[in-house]
Amino acid sequence: MSQATQDPVILRADKITKLYPGTVALNKVDFNVYQGKVNVLVGENGAGKSTLTKILAGVETPTRGSLYLEGKQVRIRSFHDAVAHGIGMIHQELNLFPNLNVTENIFIAREMTQAGVHIDRKAQVEEAEKLLERLEAGFGPKDQVANLRIGQQQIVEIAKALALNARILIMDEPTSALSTAEVDVLFKVINDLRNHGVSIIYISHRLEELITIGDYITVLRDGKLMQEAPMETIDVPWIISNMVGEAADRTHEYPSQSTGEEVLKVENLRLPRVGGGFTVDHLSFSLHKGEILGVYGLMGSGRSELYECLMGLHKEAKGRVILDGEDISKGTVGDHIKKGMALIPEDRQREGLVQSLSVAHNMTLASIWKFIKVFHIVGNWAKQAVLKMIKDLSIKVPNPQVLISSLSGGNQQKVVIGKALLTSPKVLLMDEPTRGIDVGAKADVFDIMHDMARKGIGIIFVTSELKEIMAIADRILVMSKGQITGEWKRQDACEEDLVVASAVGHKSVNQTLHQ
Amino acid sequence: MNTVSATQAAPAVKKEKIKLGMLLLKLRTFIALILVVAYFSIMAPNFLSMANMVIMIKHVSIYAFLAIGMTFVIVTGGIDLSVGSIVGLCGMVAGGLIYQGLHLPFLGVTVYFHLPMVILITLLVGVVCGAVSGFLITRFKVAPFIATLGMLYIARGVALLLSDGETFPNLVGKEELGNTGFPLLGAGTFIGIPVSIWALIALGAVAAYVAARTPLGRHIYSVGGNERAAVLSGVRVKRVKMLVYMFSGFCSAIAGLVIASQLVASHPATGEMFELTAIAAAVLGGTSLAGGRGSIGGTIIGAFVIGVLGDGMVMMGVSSFWQMVIKGVVIVAAVVVDQLQRNLQSKATLQED
Repeated sequence: MSQATQDPVILRADKITKLYPGTVALNKVDFNVYQGKVNVLVGENGAGKSTLTKILAGVETPTRGSLYLEGKQVRIRSFHDAVAHGIGMIHQELNLFPNLNVTENIFIAREMTQAGVHIDRKAQVEEAEKLLERLEAGFGPKDQVANLRIGQQQIVEIAKALALNARILIMDEPTSALSTAEVDVLFKVINDLRNHGVSIIYISHRLEELITIGDYITVLRDGKLMQEAPMETIDVPWIISNMVGEAADRTHEYPSQSTGEEVLKVENLRLPRVGGGFTVDHLSFSLHKGEILGVYGLMGSGRSELYECLMGLHKEAKGRVILDGEDISKGTVGDHIKKGMALIPEDRQREGLVQSLSVAHNMTLASIWKFIKVFHIVGNWAKQAVLKMIKDLSIKVPNPQVLISSLSGGNQQKVVIGKALLTSPKVLLMDEPTRGIDVGAKADVFDIMHDMARKGIGIIFVTSELKEIMAIADRILVMSKGQITGEWKRQDACEEDLVVASAVGHKSVNQTLHQ
Repeated sequence: MNTVSATQAAPAVKKEKIKLGMLLLKLRTFIALILVVAYFSIMAPNFLSMANMVIMIKHVSIYAFLAIGMTFVIVTGGIDLSVGSIVGLCGMVAGGLIYQGLHLPFLGVTVYFHLPMVILITLLVGVVCGAVSGFLITRFKVAPFIATLGMLYIARGVALLLSDGETFPNLVGKEELGNTGFPLLGAGTFIGIPVSIWALIALGAVAAYVAARTPLGRHIYSVGGNERAAVLSGVRVKRVKMLVYMFSGFCSAIAGLVIASQLVASHPATGEMFELTAIAAAVLGGTSLAGGRGSIGGTIIGAFVIGVLGDGMVMMGVSSFWQMVIKGVVIVAAVVVDQLQRNLQSKATLQED
């Protein structure tokens, strides 16, 4: 198929192989980047997309294989090499300095200086302001990055890459934390860049998105190149069948398994915000056994904070949380876990995993009290439980003693899920459990959720992807500015209503919607 | 730390070689210890004599007590600079209680405690010092470096105040006061092995067990590895941190008791710079100052390397100036080799595919 194209190739990867401890991340992969086009790269978790782009951006060096830039062989061994060749990258995992402000982050290591020493702060702020304006960000160049939500941080990351003025721009899942409105803005920017001749390499798990924005598509599976094709010749089922090896649409609807028996009741829950108002604003709702309750909301709508309150992380939170007839609004996180609350946090690197520990130790971290006699950890109990969980969740790992950092993103996410399930929860709180994982792993996660619901666990599931929430949630709550702005049963819900409800109180989003 | 087990048959010889190389690197501190002992056995007469061995192990045990406590603190991502001063303070507390008793002016009496009581009070003083540091760190979010630096000055100052800078001499106790027997701790033996060494074995075993097979140990490693993830997993981070500083204080108190008992006297300046030796021993043993990584076994071997190196050089008559230079080189080299091992390890696991 690729022979049919006439567009010039600006960057070509030839038979790239990359080995990691325990895995072959890439196996003789060829990849073409067409000039002035959006080159989409897709594949399941661990298919090697991130590795390939990291090699192109000089973050990793290939074990074997070579790169050709405009026909000439090049070696890209560092970030600086990449920048010298005009290659910029937006990474999947955020690489920001929370202690610095937005402008300082954008210009880190490329500060605008006078005479090489004095930072021209004014020029930097002006430049940053222009970039933020272009991205229609709702925050200023002098805001501290630590105070921004993940979605906003991702916008900073994008601004940082735009500031490079790269001719090849790699975007590794730039939309995974963005709201629909923010994605629209990003696509406008991408189109603009494409019109200026910038070649873009784009990775995402949102397949509809790829079809909209992409010109060429390359599919990887298990570290091998599957197909390359111009976007107009293919469709979503084609992508999925190449990614997973079967032409099945795996995002079918799941039937409700709610028993109608209440397991969790939240009354008047509120969390005061610094400087007045509430981050979680007088919330009341209930959850049934076996029910999957979807919570839809934009970044900053208070959904993550709601979870933190339910886990007992905020002592200043007021209101009642009743789990299985027992008031648990007081007590530590540990107490909540023992009573049957479990959280799968949004950011697995920062909140879910201890990178210096093994898979087994990570998985048993929250449930270690279940495997002890008096104060002694019975190694065999823990081992059995971990092995069972690895099997149940089909986690790809050579053995449970390997370091967590040697696993692919999707498998790390499954370890986080396993960690929560090992605590035998009554209520499972999932914060964007499918963020940054592929179609196959997403289906796995949904199957796991469905399975847990059948066993009578109540699940609250936060996401910013409408399709997901429509597929799996029995009931849908929409949050905006800390309040519940809508509630539907799945069969009554439609995507437009959800979007409108999620934008209550968000001026900028409203404007975008009505354009 | 973990090598991925081989999944398929590959060139066996090469793999064996790599495995051997990895094993040697993992055991590097131990090998260094053997080399140091071998070198001094040849170069210094009497080095291998039983008497010298016992003296050396007694010295080492002091460093090892401190380094064990220090290891837990460092694994949580903290640091304890106060251990040397707590050694001094606890020595003075024990010495003072035996030598001049506890004077209660409002009752007009002086209380002399039995020896077990003296030891208990001393240990308690160490734990309280650690608890104060831990409290400052967890409650007021003072950086561990600063909190324990403060404790370093405070404990040393109090130690000097207790005797006005004087030494409490001749801590044998009096028969009629019922507080005799203190020197036994430093000089006594049980089945031919000094009591202080038994104490080291006991403390080391308990600490190694706690680190490897108890929830507390697991929590200590998780706090150092990723504090946020630990919080969300239900780990009581503040309590874990309190406990490690209290344990470090406890270990320092033991060291203070042993030293005072060995000397049968207590001097307020005892233990100066010990904190740095303890940190060095932990680092030599493979503890990462970034937190999350380290082991008790490694730390004890690290303490042996430093102790044996020091005593050996004294026996050979190396000038104390050169001793410092050599110790510094050894510590830095240990960390360089540690980094080397990690790079090699990732390469070695690659070969297995």
